[in-house]
Amino acid sequence: MATVDLQQQHNNLINFLYEEGFLDEQYTQLEQLQDESSPRFVEEVLSLFFDDSLKLLHNIETTLNKEPVDYRKLDAHLHHFKGSSSSVGAQRVKNVCITFRAFCQEKKKNGCLQCLQQVKQEYYLLKNKFEDLFQIERQILRAGGTIGGTN
Amino acid sequence: MEEEDYSSDMDDEILSSMWPENLGKESDKQFNIDKPAADQDMLDEVSIAEEPSIVDFKRLMELTNFSEKGSSQLSYLVKQWEHKQANAFRLLNEQIDILNKQKQEAQLKELEILEEHMFEADNFVGDKRPISILQDDYAFGDATPIFNKDISICKNKWQIDVEHDSIEYWKERAKKMEKLLDESLQRENKLQEKLQENLRVLAKETSPVEELSQILRRADNFLHFILQNAPVVIGHQDKELRYRFIYNHFPSLQEEDIIGRTDVEIFTGAGVKESQDFKAEVLQRGLPAKREITFETELFGTKTFLIYVEPVFSKTGETIGVNYMGMDITEQVAKREKLAKLREEIAVRNAMETELNKTIHITEQTMRAKQMLATMSHEIRSPLTGVLGMAEMLAHTELNEEQQQLLGVMISSGDLVLQLINDILDLSKVESGAMTLEATNFRPREVVRHVLQTAAASLQKELTLEGLVTEEVPSEVIGDVLRIRQILTNLISNAIKFTHEGKVGITLRVTSQPSFAENQKDRKDCGDLSKYSKTDTNTQQNDTSLSQNGGLGGDRSSNDVSCVIDSKQCRDTQNRMAESETRPLSSIDGDEYLDIDSDDEEKIVWLHCDVYDSGIGIPEKALPALFKKYMQVSTDHARKYGGTGLGLAICKQLVELMGGRLTVTSKEHCGSTFSFVVPCKVPKKRTCDEMDNDLLYDMPLSECEARSDSTAEDDKRAYFQFKPRTLGSLFSSGDAAPRSKVLSAGKIDSNHTTKMNGIHTGYMFPTGESTPSSNQNLSLNHDVDKQHSELGSDYLTGIENVNKAVNDCPSNDDYQHLQITHSPMTTEKDTTMRHSQESQDLKLSYLAHENQGKMQKTNQKPPENISDARQMQSRPKILLVEDDQVIVMVTQSMMKRLGHSPDVVSNGAEAVQAVKTNNYDLVLMDVCMPVMDGLEATRLIRKCELSGNWDASEVARACKADCLMSIHMNGQTSPFPRKRVPIIAMTANALAEGIDECYANGMDSFIAKPVTLQKLKETLCQYIPG
Repeated sequence: MATVDLQQQHNNLINFLYEEGFLDEQYTQLEQLQDESSPRFVEEVLSLFFDDSLKLLHNIETTLNKEPVDYRKLDAHLHHFKGSSSSVGAQRVKNVCITFRAFCQEKKKNGCLQCLQQVKQEYYLLKNKFEDLFQIERQILRAGGTIGGTN
Repeated sequence: MEEEDYSSDMDDEILSSMWPENLGKESDKQFNIDKPAADQDMLDEVSIAEEPSIVDFKRLMELTNFSEKGSSQLSYLVKQWEHKQANAFRLLNEQIDILNKQKQEAQLKELEILEEHMFEADNFVGDKRPISILQDDYAFGDATPIFNKDISICKNKWQIDVEHDSIEYWKERAKKMEKLLDESLQRENKLQEKLQENLRVLAKETSPVEELSQILRRADNFLHFILQNAPVVIGHQDKELRYRFIYNHFPSLQEEDIIGRTDVEIFTGAGVKESQDFKAEVLQRGLPAKREITFETELFGTKTFLIYVEPVFSKTGETIGVNYMGMDITEQVAKREKLAKLREEIAVRNAMETELNKTIHITEQTMRAKQMLATMSHEIRSPLTGVLGMAEMLAHTELNEEQQQLLGVMISSGDLVLQLINDILDLSKVESGAMTLEATNFRPREVVRHVLQTAAASLQKELTLEGLVTEEVPSEVIGDVLRIRQILTNLISNAIKFTHEGKVGITLRVTSQPSFAENQKDRKDCGDLSKYSKTDTNTQQNDTSLSQNGGLGGDRSSNDVSCVIDSKQCRDTQNRMAESETRPLSSIDGDEYLDIDSDDEEKIVWLHCDVYDSGIGIPEKALPALFKKYMQVSTDHARKYGGTGLGLAICKQLVELMGGRLTVTSKEHCGSTFSFVVPCKVPKKRTCDEMDNDLLYDMPLSECEARSDSTAEDDKRAYFQFKPRTLGSLFSSGDAAPRSKVLSAGKIDSNHTTKMNGIHTGYMFPTGESTPSSNQNLSLNHDVDKQHSELGSDYLTGIENVNKAVNDCPSNDDYQHLQITHSPMTTEKDTTMRHSQESQDLKLSYLAHENQGKMQKTNQKPPENISDARQMQSRPKILLVEDDQVIVMVTQSMMKRLGHSPDVVSNGAEAVQAVKTNNYDLVLMDVCMPVMDGLEATRLIRKCELSGNWDASEVARACKADCLMSIHMNGQTSPFPRKRVPIIAMTANALAEGIDECYANGMDSFIAKPVTLQKLKETLCQYIPG
């Protein structure tokens, strides 16, 4: 019973993330890639993403705080960030990245700073959600259940 | 009345006007003469030339006698004379009266005196009373107004002093009286004399003829005075228009030449007849008239006269002639005309100005609108790509059939909008001049093949696509390949759109410089060839070595199968080409190199390209509007076929931007041919080697034969054909399996499909490949059915293994050519399937060979080998180049899911290294990477593949040295060209420009990021058989 509840909770959370636009189809791709041979694939990828992104965020912040701002460098970071976020289906992060890049290309520092805050917020929000999610998943696995798809 | 007037005026006005009174009132008489005293002096001073006027006096007499005017004038003169006469007569009478009176008085006085004397005698005795006799005053003055000055009248009073009544006194008195009487008598005589004199004078003065002629002379003088400098001609002509009188200030003819003649008789030329007719008209109508006549006669050249003609009437009211007056107004007319012209010009200028202002206004508005459009388009594009991307992603989720269909419509509509926007942007770019052309080396054959391939991939109809590039087309030219490709793609997709059966094709040939371009030549010449010559030196070494080794090369990818050309025809008819080949290449030294360089410098070829179809054709009336924006043949067509209507306009603009021309010929229901000519530069020296490579590239089959033959003649004629396949078997939307068995035409993916047709297709229509024939063209039939393709894939695997095996064995040489070819056919198009066994043999006959130019036929190896290979089932080697760890992880996982385990490197430089050391079957390359991006890496790989020289230094130069781990591969590297590895871009920039960039850099296809399993699978299926 507990696993069913947990699974329900898991599904609800995932659905919430989709509905709120945190995630997109790309995440479904990741889920599809997860099978017996790599049961923790999603978690692994996302952990990598979160670690990677943390560094990137740091780099972005450093770049942005250094005068004069090296917009080319910033753009490269953002491109990277955008690429990885889109690859894991972190839609909202990706969208902010797009806006961020637009500001970056126009060399508008204020907009960039604003976007930085935003992207950080999105990042931590997502990270928190996933921490919860993984927590649940671990519980399910521990309880002997399986992590079903979102559908 | 008049009598009175004249009598009252008599004193101060002696002469009155000789002009008829009926001409007007006193105030506006046209001809006024001053008092004689004053004028006389004036006229004395002026000399009057009498010659100009020529008078026929007899006629004048006649005139005066017969014409009304003349008689009235005469009668007036007579009347006036009579007046004067009467006046004078009256005066004289008065004077006589006065004189008589005086005489009477004088006599009376005498009588009185005598009486007095007698009375005195009577009264001498008696009466002494004094009597005063002359009591009244005599005043003559009043009665004689004129002569009173001359007559002195005694006013003394005779007073008789009675007191002095004495004899002396009376005697005295008598004496005095006597004296007075004498005086009186004297006076009387004087007066009488004067009277006589006056009478005499009067008689003299009053002769009428004299007076008349005097008046006339005066008038005449005045007239002469006035007219002497006036540029007028005055004349009188009789009923027959013969001159009777003419006054001309500038006479050019003698009297006898004019008088008695008509205008026409006097001079000839333009205007003479007109004036004659005009006079005749006036004569006939009896009304005066004015007219401007321009004469052009020998006599006085071109002159314009204002002519006044009035008729002269006889007393009976008949016209008997005309008076005419002409004034030379040539200058005025000229001035007037000039003025008119000026005015006209001003009007025209004003109109033009208005027009210009209007145009400026319109242009401004248009510009603004265009700007707006461009901006808007750009703004729309970004979100639209988002929408489309999402829709496409949605298409990859699980959907039911209806949803799929709806989504399909949504995506195709979206794509259309995107296409439209891109078109608009392109167009506004060209129009605003922002579009710049790039000059890059490219291979026309490849471009044609590529365009056809792409078109074939998205083909949804049973059409044959064919391409022919004639041999004289250089293998490599310099031009803007992106734009040329764009034009070709546009034209081809257009052709396909309007063709329902038959074929669509491209013919590319070299043409002589078109006439329209002769002037442009200079402009085109000044391109930057220097850029290319630099790289020449780099590759020189490689190229030479390549040639030395017999130019071994081969097809590097399964794709290239599609354009195999009979190697027997691997000849270039171009002398230059032949030269470079027959020349002992090892001996090429700097001098010769330079020599060749200078020979080939700045050579321009005009490429003529026809894109023909057997479609619906274009009605003749629609042709002119064809290249206009937003134009389609009819609204009906627009509905039926869709499209933005911008494609052709863009093509035309692009072609023109390149200095070429785009034309169209069409016959309704039979098809259309769009032709364009564009100038392209031929690269210098390098061309030869490049051409070698190109040959190797495009015609890998039996390469060695060609080499061993080493014939002088080479033929680079290339023929490609893509035949339609049955639709059913091509469906590969969900499952890539069928396709994996088809030897793919390659370089196709769903996104590109989308681009071509505006309709998203997850499936495609792999098509056959090129089919040259035994004569000139080697036909390569790739038109296999499922069964065959299965076999084919088996071969491939087998071949792959052989290939590998050979490669792994260093002694067995560096070079392997994987030929996935099918039976050479005897004829081009009717390629029928051969037995699989046969094709198998043939194929295998080309499997491998050695590098020394010797052919080592391996066709004895085969069947077992193949079966072995099938058992081994070794996985294709894939390289993933990606810097983002997350993406690497995801992609890797997907690969794994698909049964592959790719090698991973994280930047372009590493990728080059990896490709160098390993024979990969496929490379997935991120475009945007640190150190060296995907485009550059691809370029390098391609270059190295061609040259066979994986020279580390070059790679090192191209990228930062520190990121290359180990580059000392010279020993390892094969100096020979090798198989072309398919490189697939992974890019987030899935817009047309980004994709084109990928292709231009030598990539074969692309996957739009984020990579999905489906996309990956589809792409891999195209390139990795099995």
